[in-house]
Amino acid sequence: MSGTTGAAAAGYEAVIGIECHVELKTQTKMFCGCLNEFGGEPNTKVCPVCLGLPGALPVPNLRAIEHMIRSGLAFEAAIPAFSKFDRKNYFYPDMPKDYQISQYDMPLTQGGVVRYWLEDGTIKECRLVRIHLEEDTGKSTHAGSGDGRIAGSAYSLVDFNRAGVPLMECVSEPDIRSAEEAVAFLEALKRTFVQLGVSDVKMEEGSLRCDANVSIRPIGAHELGTKTEIKNMNSFRSVQRAIDSEIARQVALVTSGGRVIQETRGWDEVHATTHSMRSKEEAHDYRYFPDPDLPPLEVSENTVGWLRVELPESVIRRFTRYTGEYGLNVQQATQLIDNPSLAEYFDACVALSENPAQSVNFVLGDLSRLANETGVAIYASPVVPKHVAELIALLDGKTINSKIAKDLLERMWSGGGSPKAIVEREGLAQTSDPGAVAKFVDQVLAANGDAVAQYRAGKTNVLGFLVGQVMKASGGKADPALVQTMMTQRLA
Amino acid sequence: MNTRLPHGSIPILSSEKIDVRYVAKLARIALTDDEVERFGTQLADLLTHVDALAQLDIASVSATAQVIESRNVLRDDLPRPGLDRDVVLAQAPASQGGFFRVPRIIAVKGEAS
Amino acid sequence: MSDLLRGTAVQVAAAVNARQASALEVTEAMLAHVEGVEPGVGAYLTRLDESARSHAARVDRRVRSGESLPLAGVPVAVKDNMCLDGTRTTAASKILAGWVSPYTATAVQRIIDAGGIPIGKSNLDEFAMGSSCENSALGITHNPYDPTRVPGGSSGGSAAAVAAHEATIGLGSDTGGSIREPAAFCNLVGFKPTYGRISRYGLIAFASSLDQIGPLTRTVADAALAYEVMAGYDPMDSTSVQRDVETTGKPLPGDLTGVRVGIVREFDLAKLGAEAASLYQRAYGDLQKLGADLVEVALPTAEYGLATYYLIAPAECSSNLSRFDGIRYGLRVEGDDVTQTYEQTRAAGFGPEVKRRILIGTHALSSGYYDAYYVRAQKARTLIARDFAKAFEACDLIACPAASTPAFEFHAKSDPYSMYLMDYYTIPMSLAGLPALSVPCGWITPAGGTVPMPMGLQLTGPLFAERALLGAAHVYEQATRHAGAHAPQIGGAR
Ligand SMILES: [Mg+2]
Ligand SMILES: [Zn+2]
Repeated sequence: MSGTTGAAAAGYEAVIGIECHVELKTQTKMFCGCLNEFGGEPNTKVCPVCLGLPGALPVPNLRAIEHMIRSGLAFEAAIPAFSKFDRKNYFYPDMPKDYQISQYDMPLTQGGVVRYWLEDGTIKECRLVRIHLEEDTGKSTHAGSGDGRIAGSAYSLVDFNRAGVPLMECVSEPDIRSAEEAVAFLEALKRTFVQLGVSDVKMEEGSLRCDANVSIRPIGAHELGTKTEIKNMNSFRSVQRAIDSEIARQVALVTSGGRVIQETRGWDEVHATTHSMRSKEEAHDYRYFPDPDLPPLEVSENTVGWLRVELPESVIRRFTRYTGEYGLNVQQATQLIDNPSLAEYFDACVALSENPAQSVNFVLGDLSRLANETGVAIYASPVVPKHVAELIALLDGKTINSKIAKDLLERMWSGGGSPKAIVEREGLAQTSDPGAVAKFVDQVLAANGDAVAQYRAGKTNVLGFLVGQVMKASGGKADPALVQTMMTQRLA
Repeated sequence: MNTRLPHGSIPILSSEKIDVRYVAKLARIALTDDEVERFGTQLADLLTHVDALAQLDIASVSATAQVIESRNVLRDDLPRPGLDRDVVLAQAPASQGGFFRVPRIIAVKGEAS
Repeated sequence: MSDLLRGTAVQVAAAVNARQASALEVTEAMLAHVEGVEPGVGAYLTRLDESARSHAARVDRRVRSGESLPLAGVPVAVKDNMCLDGTRTTAASKILAGWVSPYTATAVQRIIDAGGIPIGKSNLDEFAMGSSCENSALGITHNPYDPTRVPGGSSGGSAAAVAAHEATIGLGSDTGGSIREPAAFCNLVGFKPTYGRISRYGLIAFASSLDQIGPLTRTVADAALAYEVMAGYDPMDSTSVQRDVETTGKPLPGDLTGVRVGIVREFDLAKLGAEAASLYQRAYGDLQKLGADLVEVALPTAEYGLATYYLIAPAECSSNLSRFDGIRYGLRVEGDDVTQTYEQTRAAGFGPEVKRRILIGTHALSSGYYDAYYVRAQKARTLIARDFAKAFEACDLIACPAASTPAFEFHAKSDPYSMYLMDYYTIPMSLAGLPALSVPCGWITPAGGTVPMPMGLQLTGPLFAERALLGAAHVYEQATRHAGAHAPQIGGAR
């Protein structure tokens, strides 16, 4: 039973807010010219700036700022005309300057809303508080304890390759009500960031890291309960499991007369539980102040206008177009959206064929299968959307049947070109002439006396066999519907 | 202590309250009891001079963080050569296998980032 | 060659460019002189003899190949808070005592590219926090005019080096007066350009919104030369201004006809004592004799400069100096865990003045005090800048003292605030980001002293008015020639 279902049964609902850090995809780091790349030998992508050497100064990366604005606009956030960088002061060994350049009271984007869908197609909304820009820290490996955990380790090893990578922090309002919604929300964020090209959003590479604030309250209540902050969730699956587990823990605690205390809890994947990371909230006094090394940012309406115009269709719009206008099911729509180049290919097919149902069948069916078998992406194959549209037209006009269509696709995939040309060249057009079809039907009836007898004796399922024989005799070209009708009449 | 006043209102300076131990903890500087005493007196003395600022009418004055008003000084997203690891680690108090080696971290970090 | 050691940068560069002397000859002579006088001065923390020779050889090759370099062969003292690739850079702190910088500050690189020869890294108050060089954790620097007295600070090492002819140009950094005050104490021209004119990249930060590099020289023309070499936008420093640097100097005006010089009503000269008061009165009178119109201007908030500065500068420094934590470079005093390592490293590595400023700055930024201290100081800063802007509607330049007293004896200022008062006249200009310089304006024999000590006149211009400022200072210098009245007791190179 999920935490949410259990909570509901006990008369509680969960209230969840998400804070996530997303590494921006740029060629170089936020404030220096070192490469922003995952992996590599430790401490090989560093310079005076990202190592925080004495005297080094930050210079912001223009592309990262554009990425931020585009991300904000994609979620209908406000882009304030004025924004600035602040220093967040705290000591940590993987933070080179012992302060983090971040944004405090004037972030690049404010507000906004993430619309996302659940597996059953329900559309939900979660408001954003803000998305702000900051720099990533280095990475610590904890050694000497055997299990790589911080607790009990004898020392740590630090790699600064990641230090200074541009990072956007997205903070949501507590609008999420279940673990399933939390995951769907994160998936929506991910789809948008991938679509915009602002991030790879790979949780396994740490380019998406998220925390969840979880509390429960009696169903119908308005005030918020005491929340806990869940950390160490390393995949969407662990987000789901961790939140479910935490909701269940809080409900069990409260229904047995206990009280939730505000704390940070770590998710333990192995034991499938959350555990307290510090019992008492350590006093944070980050001493934010405007970074004197960085002049403020002014974003003109003109710039915002340009970036807005250049935005692609939003993910949620695409989803409603596919499921609403085109009648695709949730799974088909999601599959296309999760593969933006496939979605684009599909859109081109629909634009030319005006037949979304047939287009999705080809794109997600035979073409995807061929792509899998040959290792060539659909958009990179010789089958262009124009040819798919031709093929659909041939089918719709009953010039060919679906079996021929399948064969044609194979030939198109291996460079056959226009399906119309192939059909004309090789006389593959479907035979719908009753005289011609009747000839094949009579031939088959004559050659299969046994089957005819069986049918007449009531074993009507031999009809399929007989129709198949006619198709075979016609080289697959006979109109199957016509064959079926004619055969039934003759046998009657 | 440490209650922030509503945004925009500026409290009257009160110089005698400086919790040297708390501040030294934030600044990660170990102080002896003698130093706590001495710095406490010196800092309180300095803050009495700072109290003069209470005489200025600043209600409608904007804050100056930077005196030269430039905006949007940015760089193109282009790589620049960095430093050799050998050079970097040669300066490290301790290193191991290409990493900086640091004493064990006990406190849990307050931030995910 | 000793002529060249006494000569100005303009003269040295001209001689080297004309191949009357080689950069290597100048350098060797300089190194020999440094060797002789340095025990009595203590200007340098690190000497760069070997690299100076190779820089000089390179300059000679360039000159031989036909290049003319603005600073060809000119010996330069580099304040030890500026990075120079491959050399020890300490900021006069134990926490950085062993650190070798792997890169070069932009300003220093521009000096080298122009043919200047770094002779050594000069002493300073630790992290440039101080007004006497006494806060250096790594050395004592004496005032060449009276070795029982301080050279001023924080750029005291560069000032002493140039005064003792151990360099022709000294590079300093000025956050609240750290170029102008030692220049006044050591009979030099000390010039702090408009904030943002010279890149801070590679300058170990004290207070980022105030720090500015500038030259200490024996003449205004040399200050202008060094400034023009270093100034200009640097893509590595977001706060360096993108604005053309007007070239100064030629032709410099012969007089100050029509120049309106503001005399600040609130700066009461009587407070400085009768002798100093009359010295400054005479300086103002000389400006008038040179054609300037003296006008009274008001800077009603200037008296709040000190209080404002002693919140903003420590606040910024508390954050800037966090990086000295024993993890990546510099001193580490290993503790049981990382927090204890931080605390012990910083306790052992920083001197008392640095600790004081970090503590007060941390306090000023901390929760509950931020608005009362930091925000209030930022607002006071706005008022101070506004006062200057208003004053400059009525005048072209402002004249006032550069320091409250001549150079004082070691250990004369025992409580921190009395030391802070030394910067009373220089801090307001720093807060407003204005270009300002100190030029020698006469001599005073301090009470209890036996030798006359130099005094400095401070001239301040509006933002980016470096050319007018240097021009006026040159006219004053040429007409009065106070600098040449007495010779240093150490390092006179005669
Ligand atoms: Mg963050
Ligand atoms: Zn870097």
